Amino acid sequence: MSSQARERIFARLNAARPNPLTPGPGVGDLPVKTYSREEKIEHLKSLMEAMRTEVYLTSEQTWLAELKEVLKQRDVKKLLYGPQSPIGEALQSKWKNDDRDLPELVPYDKEIEQFKGEVFNIDAGITSTYGAIAETGALILWSSKEEPRLMSLVPPIHIAVLQAGKIYNTFLEVMQKENWAGGMPTNAFLVSGPSKTADIELTLAFGVHGPKELIVLIVDGE
Amino acid sequence: MANHQALDFEKNVSRALNDAQLRKNFKFAMGNFILKRKAIFPDETETEQLRTLGNAIKQRALSRLPELLAQLEEKCSQNDIQVHWAETTAEANRQVLDIMQAHQATLLVKGKSMVSEEMHLNKFLQGHGIEAMETDLGEFIVQLNNETPSHIIVPAIHKNKDQIARILHENIPDTPYTEDVQELNAIARKTLRQKFYRAGVGLSGVNLAVAETGTLCLVENEGNGRMCTTVPPVHIALMGLEKVIEKLEEVPPMLRLLIGSATGQLITTYVNMITSPRKEGEKDGPQEVHLIILDNGRSNIYADAQRRQTLQCIRCGTCLNHCPVYTRIGGHAYGYIYPGPIGKILNPQVEGLEAAGVLATASSLCNACEEVCPVKIPIPELLRRIRNESYANDFTGTIDGHGYKRNWVELGVWKAWAIMNTHQLINAAGQKIMGTLGLKLPKLGPLKNWTRHRTYPQLAKKSLHELVKEHGVDNE
Repeated sequence: MSSQARERIFARLNAARPNPLTPGPGVGDLPVKTYSREEKIEHLKSLMEAMRTEVYLTSEQTWLAELKEVLKQRDVKKLLYGPQSPIGEALQSKWKNDDRDLPELVPYDKEIEQFKGEVFNIDAGITSTYGAIAETGALILWSSKEEPRLMSLVPPIHIAVLQAGKIYNTFLEVMQKENWAGGMPTNAFLVSGPSKTADIELTLAFGVHGPKELIVLIVDGE
Repeated sequence: MANHQALDFEKNVSRALNDAQLRKNFKFAMGNFILKRKAIFPDETETEQLRTLGNAIKQRALSRLPELLAQLEEKCSQNDIQVHWAETTAEANRQVLDIMQAHQATLLVKGKSMVSEEMHLNKFLQGHGIEAMETDLGEFIVQLNNETPSHIIVPAIHKNKDQIARILHENIPDTPYTEDVQELNAIARKTLRQKFYRAGVGLSGVNLAVAETGTLCLVENEGNGRMCTTVPPVHIALMGLEKVIEKLEEVPPMLRLLIGSATGQLITTYVNMITSPRKEGEKDGPQEVHLIILDNGRSNIYADAQRRQTLQCIRCGTCLNHCPVYTRIGGHAYGYIYPGPIGKILNPQVEGLEAAGVLATASSLCNACEEVCPVKIPIPELLRRIRNESYANDFTGTIDGHGYKRNWVELGVWKAWAIMNTHQLINAAGQKIMGTLGLKLPKLGPLKNWTRHRTYPQLAKKSLHELVKEHGVDNE
């Protein structure tokens, strides 16, 4: 049925096909926004905070301590993480050397079919990020074997660790610079805040289906 | 569409106009949307440039539609997304059912999809023993109350929070009555979490499909869309065949236009780009992704160069927000899934003029819709086209049902009018008669309707022609 439908649809479209339009205005014609390193951090931070994200400026030396504080404030019992992720090793060593007041570290190391019940009953998930976009104030995440998609979605708290050097000016810039068109992951996504809705009388309410809280630790290496 | 009852538009309109609560809800919400859109597009020159680009991207894509659809199919197949083609909504419904039955799935969780509304998918699946659960908060409320969406972006906007409190209280077991929006949210979250957990299949729409990479883009604020496309083992995406664009780099400007126009946001909470099912070694995400591409009349619209512009639509809903008619009557009065200005041009072309042509009359041609449309669809021009084709007596129309309003009395009146205005003596005589008898014309047919809410036209004793002859022209 589908293949006959396909043939008939294409027959109609091809019969009606106009001449292809010559390239008119393109994405290159848009004004290019650029920010300095400091501006990028500041812009991202203020936009995301306006969407009720908590943003902390940290360094390689301080982010784990900041994380510990964040977890303690919220009384997190279990923290989901990816052991092979870029932040996996640092988390493990922190937990090894300083186990006081830290929640249980739960590795996402098996397929969801064996793990669904647990994932749906965990307080918080921590992930690294691909980068961020200064102009619109959003994190970029690429799904991977090391950091599966549900880590940033199902737990009520999502903590994201962002390297300051990975903040791009615009969405277009990161796509072009990193040649996304040459190879997209299973799932690439942007996150600009905790889950929200305005479906009831346009009243903004946070924490509908995704995380109720989004916490970003910006790690500034310089 | 067979499952549509005959549309009594006039009755719907007068019912809506007499519903004070409904009018208040819409007036508040639409006013709000207009302000929010204005705030997010502050620079007129820049916005104009962006809209011109949006228009060019969509027009270019439509000019190469068959190639781009073939490329999308090829890329998706390479990425292990299974592509299905449906000419009609019945075929698309069947395809969803077949996929569900192949997996013995009995629960479907749905993200927002206007195409699924167009298919009346929930009702169809229900008839086959499958529970289809809306998970977008607005859609969830509308479904609980056994209604259809009244707005493309905010489906439950016709209800205020007291009404919604009652709907949740009466339809979800053990739910206390509360008017607190946070609590209402929490109720939906709790109820739907269990559904996400259990569902065998998740369904979504598609905001943009990128031919270059075979990527499906979805925007949302709630996270239910990511849930539907990530948690269940199977994901079905539904799209109208006009949603394809050529290049990935066209996504950022299109999203800026879509999101800014739809909700007045700079960016949604989530932008979700899906390019394949779960790959070897990945630990979650659906093992199968299906893309159903629906025609349902779109390829007929495509055949006409002027009407083709209808297919530029990205379903942002901003024409609804800015429409003085929509704001007063709300979405349900239109009787079709797509309300407001876009519905007035889309439904008559899909359903035929006899069924839906009347919708094109519900416009003052104020042009607000065209001025805000992010892809510059000339909606008023298309409204006039539909009106003209409704009366077309030369059999040149291309819309199904063209000429359905043609009648000999009216044709005669126009003929007489033409003669009267091209023959001086007849014109002079006509003027005399109208001047004398005009006020005594019987209130019949269109005259009766016209004068019901309007002052009866006062015809002058002397024509402009005569007055000029007598007095000359001032300030010539």
